[in-house]
Amino acid sequence: MGFLLFLILLVAAWQGIYWLGVDILQLWKPYAMPSPLGVAESFLDLCQDGRLLEATGNSLLRGIGGYAIALVIGVLLGLLIHQSKYLQKNLKPLVLGIQTLPSVCWVPFSILWFGLTTQAILFVVVMGAAFSVAISVDNAIKNVQPIYTKAALTLGANKKQLYLYVILPACLPELVAGMKQGWSFAWRALMAGEVMTTSVGLGQTLIMGRDLADINQVMLVMLVIVLVGIIIDKCIFSVAERRILRKRGLTGGN
Amino acid sequence: MALVLDGLCKRFDNSEKDTLHEIDLEVKTGEFVCIVGASGCGKSTLLNLVAGLERPSQGKVLLDGEEVIKPGADRTVMFQEHGLFPWLSVLENVKFGMRMAGFSKEEQDKKARHYLEMVKLWDYRDYPIHQISGGMRQRTALARSLTMESKVLLMDEPFSALDKQTSNRLREELQRIWMETKQTILFITHSVEEAVYLADRVVVLSPDSGKVAEIVTVELPRPRHVYAPEFVELRHRILEEVRGEAV
Repeated sequence: MGFLLFLILLVAAWQGIYWLGVDILQLWKPYAMPSPLGVAESFLDLCQDGRLLEATGNSLLRGIGGYAIALVIGVLLGLLIHQSKYLQKNLKPLVLGIQTLPSVCWVPFSILWFGLTTQAILFVVVMGAAFSVAISVDNAIKNVQPIYTKAALTLGANKKQLYLYVILPACLPELVAGMKQGWSFAWRALMAGEVMTTSVGLGQTLIMGRDLADINQVMLVMLVIVLVGIIIDKCIFSVAERRILRKRGLTGGN
Repeated sequence: MALVLDGLCKRFDNSEKDTLHEIDLEVKTGEFVCIVGASGCGKSTLLNLVAGLERPSQGKVLLDGEEVIKPGADRTVMFQEHGLFPWLSVLENVKFGMRMAGFSKEEQDKKARHYLEMVKLWDYRDYPIHQISGGMRQRTALARSLTMESKVLLMDEPFSALDKQTSNRLREELQRIWMETKQTILFITHSVEEAVYLADRVVVLSPDSGKVAEIVTVELPRPRHVYAPEFVELRHRILEEVRGEAV
């Protein structure tokens, strides 16, 4: 409730500053300063012709698709790195290095490979998220307390059972945290990919706003991008995380 | 002869002398053997070798004539830190080993109940691990080990992380359970009192040479009482031995 009030105050202040700066003192040009009312108008506009919904839907589908591919690749790569001392020593530093590359840097490469296509965007998403997932898979397994492994082995678990019934559940909290981070990388990478290409999506709608010099549309799309990111984080990852931690008594109360 | 340690040596890579040096020991089926020694004398290393969690530098461990090369359910270990799985309930933890071994559902239920009742935790079977006390966690771990009905049960200072009162109670219960089950047990402890209370034989390890300093047979009748004069006398004798070698 307190947060809602804060948001209302923030929007009111924003509108106030707009009136003061644009209408009264005329410090800024109207096209250079977004306002809550302008954003609302833009929202209605884009909703009416269904463009906002289509863009959000497209982006979400691409985001989820790319993220799914990134998960598969990331988990496999992480397991591979974990399995081999050689890869641990030689490949992991490389993966860590690539992970620091901002995802937007993959865009030129991707366009040269795939052209201005959906595949190009997906490629950027996968590159943006897979390595971080791989690193967190390896770390999560490494951080499993040795006592669990010892207990399982002396209770007769074989290697397959050890991974399935002990290591997997033991590293689940860290794994979900890694997946959550992977998603936020994927979502950012998606926007980097979409602003460079022309197929309908949130990133492309954002760039269209710039091309039309419509700062309200730009602001609106930015807000939608933030909102989608928050909703996915809160409704999926945070819920899963909390449920796992609570079951193990690792959180106090809620 | 259930368990035989034959000329067992262990030297770690970074060390210049053997942590354990030519340990020979035989443990009979149904026997309760305690290993005592000052900290750093290699007690836990010895247990890890028997468990198959570490490999000896020389010599071997034989269980019913077969050489131990890896961990297995015929040598279940109960650890100082309980090693229970926090994502499973008390009951699920107790069933874990049986589940791995592919026991039928009925048999799992039956045995889990039998041993949980033995450690007086049946009423707590559905509790998550984080909601039970330290003593109850060790009892759960004990029940879990007992379900394996291992050829030898290995216990690595299982009560030493508990408060004195809880630890004394658990040791009483372990004595009772051992008298009921006659489970072969190799028990590591730094407490001479605990060793004399529980064991048929007490093996004293010397920290300097990494050898067995002495093996003392405890002939006191069970249940034992720590204040009985014979108990106190024996305890002092072994304590001298542990200290004497340590200086």
